[in-house]
Amino acid sequence: MTNKETTNILIAGVGGQGILLASEVIASVCLTAGYDVKQSEVHGMAQRGGSVTSHVRFGKTVYSPTIEKGKADILLSFELLETLRWIDYLSTDGTVIVNTLRIDPMTVAGGSAQYPDNIPQELQSRCRQLVAVNGSELALQAGNGKAVNITLLGVLSRFLEFSPELWKNAIAARVPQKTIPINLLAFDYGRNAK
Amino acid sequence: MKQLYSGDEAVARGAWEAGVEIAAAYPGTPSTEILENIAKYKDIYAEWSVNEKVAFEVAFGGAVAGKRALAAMKHVGVNVAADALMTAAYTGVNAGFVLVSADDPGMHSSQNEQDNRYLAKFAQIPMLEPADSQEAKDFVRLALEISEQYDTPVMLRMTTRVCHGKGLVETGERISILPRDYVKDPQKYVMIPANARKRHVIVEQRNKKLAEFSEQFSGNYVIPGDTSIGIIAGGISFQYAREAMPNAAIFKLGMTNPLPIKKIIDFAEQVKVLVVVEELEPFIEEQLRAAGIIVKGKDILPRLGEYSPELLREKLTGQVTPAAPQEALTLPGRPPVMCAGCPHRAVFQVLKKMNVVVSGDIGCYTLSTLPPLNTMDTVVCMGSSIGMAQGMVRALEGKKNKRVVSVLGDSTFIHSGIPSLVNAVYNRANITIIILDNRITAMTGHQQNPGTGVTLQGQQAHEFDFVAMAQAAGVGSVQIVDPIDVEETKAAITRALEQEGPSVVIARRPCVLVDRKQYEGPMQIDPEKCRVCKICLRIGCPAISIENETIRIDASVCFGCSLCRQVCPHESISLAGME
Repeated sequence: MTNKETTNILIAGVGGQGILLASEVIASVCLTAGYDVKQSEVHGMAQRGGSVTSHVRFGKTVYSPTIEKGKADILLSFELLETLRWIDYLSTDGTVIVNTLRIDPMTVAGGSAQYPDNIPQELQSRCRQLVAVNGSELALQAGNGKAVNITLLGVLSRFLEFSPELWKNAIAARVPQKTIPINLLAFDYGRNAK
Repeated sequence: MKQLYSGDEAVARGAWEAGVEIAAAYPGTPSTEILENIAKYKDIYAEWSVNEKVAFEVAFGGAVAGKRALAAMKHVGVNVAADALMTAAYTGVNAGFVLVSADDPGMHSSQNEQDNRYLAKFAQIPMLEPADSQEAKDFVRLALEISEQYDTPVMLRMTTRVCHGKGLVETGERISILPRDYVKDPQKYVMIPANARKRHVIVEQRNKKLAEFSEQFSGNYVIPGDTSIGIIAGGISFQYAREAMPNAAIFKLGMTNPLPIKKIIDFAEQVKVLVVVEELEPFIEEQLRAAGIIVKGKDILPRLGEYSPELLREKLTGQVTPAAPQEALTLPGRPPVMCAGCPHRAVFQVLKKMNVVVSGDIGCYTLSTLPPLNTMDTVVCMGSSIGMAQGMVRALEGKKNKRVVSVLGDSTFIHSGIPSLVNAVYNRANITIIILDNRITAMTGHQQNPGTGVTLQGQQAHEFDFVAMAQAAGVGSVQIVDPIDVEETKAAITRALEQEGPSVVIARRPCVLVDRKQYEGPMQIDPEKCRVCKICLRIGCPAISIENETIRIDASVCFGCSLCRQVCPHESISLAGME
């Protein structure tokens, strides 16, 4: 997906899942690789367990910081329902990477709404390529369930041109010092996941 | 070397590089990160002020006394500062002074989407609008130079996508600027009518000079291209227009007050159709029409919310990008919620069951308006809960059981609740004021405030005394409760409601995100005892859910505030690991 001017990655999930850190890592990898890059997210109310998205765009010259509907090359999603919520941002030949985690929104937790039970099938019918991983489980195996965001970056890295070293340097520069080994392992688990 | 900066970080960097020495703000999304980042530069004095008006005055005073200064606030914050702004425009400055207004089209985190470009025009001060992080940094310096050259405050107007969007920024070093001399000059700075009349003449003369400056300002320029549609845009709208129509001729505006009208007339003559692309109000469009220029604008583009490249492409060219279908889906929403373990929740649990009108305010606790708590009757602006309650209680007089309760946070109370509390006592308003004192300004990301007793740059400060404040105002009944104790909270609010005249309840417990270890640990449900009455679901805690008619508490989310244990009528909830 490098034979066009701008590559668009939309990251979606729930406030508190480490989405903003993941976006920063992606953006800094693109920067180090010599691309123009823009990243956009909205924080504020969103951090209180609400729906969160972050847009990362890179290429020769990037204008808009936000991705248009139908133009995302990759939708990297940290939660099942949020994947479906933002699916219309994906291009018709785009790839979905989804963490097979369910987090009930308050409406579902309180019993006033139903969590859709057929999300993987819904996604399958709406995208060219679906990559479903249990990132939370992989992160646990690496040593800390909270490293799920880094695990998912490992999965994402398979679809981008940048070397693992570039990714690992960017990760090490952004996570707390004592968590670096676990996070780098989490990245490898994601990159090598089936 | 290039860095990836958000617009807010870039403003902070720009302020540092341009020799700013004094900066002040009150937190407000999307502006908060400006001061948070400025505070990291130890050669700038940076403070959280108690509100935007004070922040403006601190920075403005610094500029008048000779040092470059910056004040930052969200769009509605400029309303609070407007009193000072309108007259600061008359006095002018000494050293450079920049007011950053961070607008929020689309209302991601705001109560309205007012267009503050009108405030720059209203105050008759110049305004710059950066379109990305690089410009955000560069424009701070330009704004300071314009401020000094034309002796005026300058507005740097940003929007959420510029503030929070990240892009590459070429950084530089801090320039060294000697403070200007401060010379007492009452005719310039003491705005008694006799002096103000003379200053107003100068403001008008300045406007003419600024209009000429705008005509030759390098930030207002034409990008040549296809002239079948010519676009005029500044700020984030410029990026959307470039993305949607990369080949169109564009007039890029960096300075939007005053507008470079002559230059725009020249551009208009070169293009077939001229379209003004601006989010929110027809600020530029109306001025161009008044100058006799034929333009399209709000007749084809919306006045509400944010723009996007796809919106512009569709409205200007009719093209629609195919997308993965989403429309057939009805998905449960995921609104933000009050956190598990939030100390505010119990107060609303109590209020929900009382027959009272709740005059609410701005902060995390505003989320209690959502189901299942549904507590707030009104929320309008910072500090309005106490004043509005006083009018409401007068209007509801004579109606049965219509007591009015104001609910506001510690920071909001200090921001603008204090004068209304004094008013309530002075005018004998029969209201109860609950101050949700979680020791921090939480909603905007945990900024210090006078109640915290620590400043932005980490210095110990006097810890504001809420009780003494209420007593000094003359409130007879002032109680402090631990809000997590439901019975105690209920009793305190009930006692307060029985008082004649204003009463104050201070519900004090630290924000759970600041002190995560304040409780004993997660709760658990005994499935033997649970009768699935769902009363615990009605407190709206994100740690509690129901699936297949079984209630469960997610131990990874629960902090252990015990509110669910207190409301459970069947004693089925206890501390995890205990029998």
